[in-house]
Amino acid sequence: MIHARGLARTFRKKKQEVRAVDGVDLDVDAGEIVGFLGPNGAGKTTTLRMLTTLLAPTSGTATVAGCDLVADPVGVRRRIGYVSQSGSTAPEARAGEEVVDHARLYGISTADATARGKQLFRELDLDGLWERQPRAMSGGQRRRLDIALGLVHVPELVFLDEPTTGLDPQARANLWQHIRGLREERGTTVFLTTHYLDEADALCDRILVIDHGAIVASGTPDELKSQVGGDVLTVTASRDDEAAPIARLVDGLVGAESAVVSGRQVVGRVPHGGSALVQLVRELDAAGLVVAGIESRRPSLDDVFLGLTGRSLREEGAPAPEGVPA
Amino acid sequence: MSVLARDTYTVFARAMRMSLRNPAWLVISLMQPILYIVLFGPLLEPLSGQLGSGNAYQLFVPGILVQLGIFGALFVGFGLIAEYRAGVIESQRVTPASRTALLLGRVLRDVVVLLVQGTLLVLVSIPLGLRAPVLGVLLTLVVIAVLGAAFASISYALALTLKSEDAFAPLLNAFVLPILLLSGILLPMTLAPGWLQAVSDVNPLKHVVSGTRAFFDGDYGSATAWWGAALTVALGVLGWAFGVRRFRAESS
Ligand SMILES: Nc1ncnc2c1ncn2[C@@H]1O[C@H](COP(=O)(O)OP(=O)(O)OP(=O)(O)O)[C@@H](O)[C@H]1O
Ligand SMILES: [Mg+2]
Repeated sequence: MIHARGLARTFRKKKQEVRAVDGVDLDVDAGEIVGFLGPNGAGKTTTLRMLTTLLAPTSGTATVAGCDLVADPVGVRRRIGYVSQSGSTAPEARAGEEVVDHARLYGISTADATARGKQLFRELDLDGLWERQPRAMSGGQRRRLDIALGLVHVPELVFLDEPTTGLDPQARANLWQHIRGLREERGTTVFLTTHYLDEADALCDRILVIDHGAIVASGTPDELKSQVGGDVLTVTASRDDEAAPIARLVDGLVGAESAVVSGRQVVGRVPHGGSALVQLVRELDAAGLVVAGIESRRPSLDDVFLGLTGRSLREEGAPAPEGVPA
Repeated sequence: MSVLARDTYTVFARAMRMSLRNPAWLVISLMQPILYIVLFGPLLEPLSGQLGSGNAYQLFVPGILVQLGIFGALFVGFGLIAEYRAGVIESQRVTPASRTALLLGRVLRDVVVLLVQGTLLVLVSIPLGLRAPVLGVLLTLVVIAVLGAAFASISYALALTLKSEDAFAPLLNAFVLPILLLSGILLPMTLAPGWLQAVSDVNPLKHVVSGTRAFFDGDYGSATAWWGAALTVALGVLGWAFGVRRFRAESS
């Protein structure tokens, strides 16, 4: 459904060159739900804008939905839907009109567009908002309106750029359900970007991790997690100056990789979390160190991300908040 | 219905609907021509003998019509910048709709608005003393429509290039004032000293204004009239080409 080779885009701003996307190869099969994961500025939106014909690549080639991006952009546009990261409706229009007008530009009749739009409004929990102006809708409602616009013409392939940003947990779960339904009922292929690891984990068949404009890993969520290997051991010191001695103890565990200290938190990786935990508790006791918390868990996608890029995805490169298990 | 016509109509209908729904815009658009005629026209009446024309409004109305066509149209880009910021342009560009239709639909809305304003302006001037041949008025409205389309296209193209009101506003101001002063719109350039007339001769809009005045005087066969019409067509072609080029180009 998508085949891209060496896709790259350079932006020039006042003599400064930004290689936003730097040689991306990707293949997505029909009917797949693929997640595109990466920190701010990694090049996700830029890649999507190239694949949706909005932005010409500086170099590289791609076929999208069977049409060449450069030779047949209209063919691509006919077959895809796109929900941009930053919204798509005029504040003073009316929600229903925006959906119908958008569908009309795909050659759909007003009657069909209205029927399909109203059905999407029901499915996306936008009941009763058909006549509402987007400026009088909440952020999450507007986000769902953007999604309705992107889906109204029943595309075979949809690109969703951070579709769930700003949605409450219930709306997010509902959207996941909707996306799964698209695939099951119509075989729709979905390519979405997200910052949420739980979303990628729960929704996507496959994940591509992008950083600094290049894909650094790809695979199913389980494959990626198994790349990390072993378990994650997190110890929270009760005093700042005790983090370092605790890290030394963690490093001394059998098969441990070098522990990372951030504030009072020490994060290490060991092959077997259970036995390591028992040993660590004994050694802490012997050293007279009292800790505020200690836990061992299976690796999450965040750990994958940390391992691949040296940064945590959760807080845009900042260390994970203390005491919150991923 | 061809695809281009269908898409153009969709874009036009959407733009028109949004304009009509804005009451402030509606009132200002309709009041503007009336204010010009009612508040500025009387100033010219005592001058009419000096200006060589029998009727002050016959001289003044074509100028105001041209001004409406140019300046009303030049400002439409602000609306496009707002649409761009809301993501509307990008969401239309991702559809298979022809890029030409995305521009043409908007320009047609602007032309319709202009023609309504122009007609209103002419009608209001009649009780105040305007006497002009119907054919001349109709020909002038055609000229104004072409001129408005040209400047609206230019405005959209510039707006799409700059994408920021902060850059767009000073650029417009830099253009508008000299064009206005050198076009003879407010007062005929025949009143000006020689050097100023010479400078204004290179301003195509001066000839457009002179052409419409000739139409209002019923001089259909005169060189002035057709020179103005020809320049209008040339401006239309150039403005349209510029607009289409920008709408076809990728965004960034
Ligand atoms: N139009 C543009 N002009 C100049 N630079 C740009 C432009 N668009 C993006 N960039 C730069 O390209 C890089 C990638 O941006 P992009 O929007 O693709 O990131 P992203 O992965 O979508 O990030 P986020 O998670 O914040 O949405 C950034 O460094 C950004 O500053
Ligand atoms: Mg982005």
